[in-house]
Amino acid sequence: MLRTDNVTMRFGGLTAVDEFTVKVNKNEIVGLIGPNGAGKTTAFNMITGVYTPTKGRIYFEESDITDLKPHSITERGIARTFQNIRLFKEMTVFENVLLACHLRIRAGLFEATLHLPGYLRRDKAAREFAWNLLEAVGLEGAAQELATSLPYGKQRRLEIARALATRPKMLLLDEPAAGMNPQESRDLMEFIVKVRDEYDLTILLIEHHMQVVMGICTRMYVLDYGLTIAHGTPAQIRNDPKVIEAYLGVD
Amino acid sequence: MKRNHLYTILGVAAILLFIVVADKNFDPFVLRVFNLSAIYIVLALSLNLLNGFTGLFSLGHAGFMAIGAYVTALLTMTPAQKDMNFFLAPIVPWLHDITLPFLPALLIAGIVAAIAGALIGAPVLRLRDDYLAIATLGFAEIIRVVLTNTQTITNGALGLKGLPKYATTYWVWGVAAASVIFMVFLIRSSYGRAIKAVRDDEIAAEAMGINVFRVKLSSFTASSFMAGVGGALLGHVLTTIDPKMFTFLLTFNILLIVVLGGNGSITGSVIAAIGVTVLMELLRFLDGPMNLLVVKTDGLPGLRMVIFSIMLMAVVIYRQRGLMGNREFSWQMLSFRRFLPRGKAGGA
Repeated sequence: MLRTDNVTMRFGGLTAVDEFTVKVNKNEIVGLIGPNGAGKTTAFNMITGVYTPTKGRIYFEESDITDLKPHSITERGIARTFQNIRLFKEMTVFENVLLACHLRIRAGLFEATLHLPGYLRRDKAAREFAWNLLEAVGLEGAAQELATSLPYGKQRRLEIARALATRPKMLLLDEPAAGMNPQESRDLMEFIVKVRDEYDLTILLIEHHMQVVMGICTRMYVLDYGLTIAHGTPAQIRNDPKVIEAYLGVD
Repeated sequence: MKRNHLYTILGVAAILLFIVVADKNFDPFVLRVFNLSAIYIVLALSLNLLNGFTGLFSLGHAGFMAIGAYVTALLTMTPAQKDMNFFLAPIVPWLHDITLPFLPALLIAGIVAAIAGALIGAPVLRLRDDYLAIATLGFAEIIRVVLTNTQTITNGALGLKGLPKYATTYWVWGVAAASVIFMVFLIRSSYGRAIKAVRDDEIAAEAMGINVFRVKLSSFTASSFMAGVGGALLGHVLTTIDPKMFTFLLTFNILLIVVLGGNGSITGSVIAAIGVTVLMELLRFLDGPMNLLVVKTDGLPGLRMVIFSIMLMAVVIYRQRGLMGNREFSWQMLSFRRFLPRGKAGGA
């Protein structure tokens, strides 16, 4: 489904991600783990078009998406969440999700302003879809509250709901469990599996703590200082000496 | 809910009645101020679309207004009037004989301003914040300089006099109402949500599949259209235009209205447009000679602008979000403040 071919990102003299090659198959949950500053988010930013890689190509469903702008990549079916939650602060919970439907409403300024019948129909459908998503993530009770007034864990869920509203085929989650306690993290992981099954998704997720994602990932990639130091099943990763060294620091 | 509809109908009827009464009974000076406030509503809304809703800090409004004012002036003046104006150098032949009715001229003025907006927007909207402000300011000055130097088209620094007085009370308030309706429908639509998302967080908006650049450009173009129409109306109310009218000071006045009313509030812009325009005239005595018992002044032109600057500073310090913040008027708002009996909560 998603494939990167030796993508490299250099910022001046610093190589943030070096020769990163990843392959994600349909309906898999793949983990991307590594210590702070390993280049995980940079890898995400290249896939979603925020950065254009210095070298290498990225393919989604066998077509080259390397040079596409972020909005076109979302249109192709890759949605993402952010490590430092980026909800629209001045909008309500419902509006945040509804906004993400704009892509599929496909209305220009005039069509939308004049409220033409075609637009109204799609807008109505979008409202229903957004409402269903809120129910699916259990936020329907807070629909009219300001997005930023939600507690942290719910903001994370809202970000996922918002990403789902773009009707993606693939979901990229950037540290969805950051700042959560173990119980919350476990709930969230169950929730991610549920979302994958329900919406027929493929998921690539970044996590800092590898224990959190061990349980749900089919395969994992480990980054350290921009290099891919290991990849394999969770069991293989757990026992890999290089991974243990990167995480614990061994002399 | 039903009660709110009733209030709305009554409110609109009251405003219509007031406009009719004003048109019949106000003396010409008061009526002119009244009509100017309608024009300032159009202009403030167009700037608020950029500054308040899209989050683009633009200072180029006077330029688009100038384009609108000149286009409509040249399209509506009769050949005889043009001959009278262009005594230094004759007007180019293709403009000499065109005389259009007001409505097409007004629309063409808006469209030409919109095209100019799109052409200027395409390069400058890649900039952000204060860089964008400087770039738009620069372009507005370029427009003004071009207008000053194209003697055979715009009559240069001499300006144009004797524009037909087409902009009646009904015209200007009609356009103001149309602008308010346009803004309300736009902001409530899916596109309006996209516009606000771009303002709140560009990176997240992009990740939600919104073409940020296209949204900015459409917003800039629509705003330029409204500025062009506003400028055109202004020309036909004042009946005289010249390039010196369209300096940065004009943009500043509109910006003042937007900030006082509240960035991102349609209601705020409407209230502040009327308030500032009326105050602008009421405070005119400050510019003239004054006798304050102790101090005697013999006229300080520009003193009333000091008052506005002080108001602006006070708002920036004590009420950053302006009169309305980014909220809108609703009947519910009044009932929560107990100006109206409380009904069941419902959408307004």
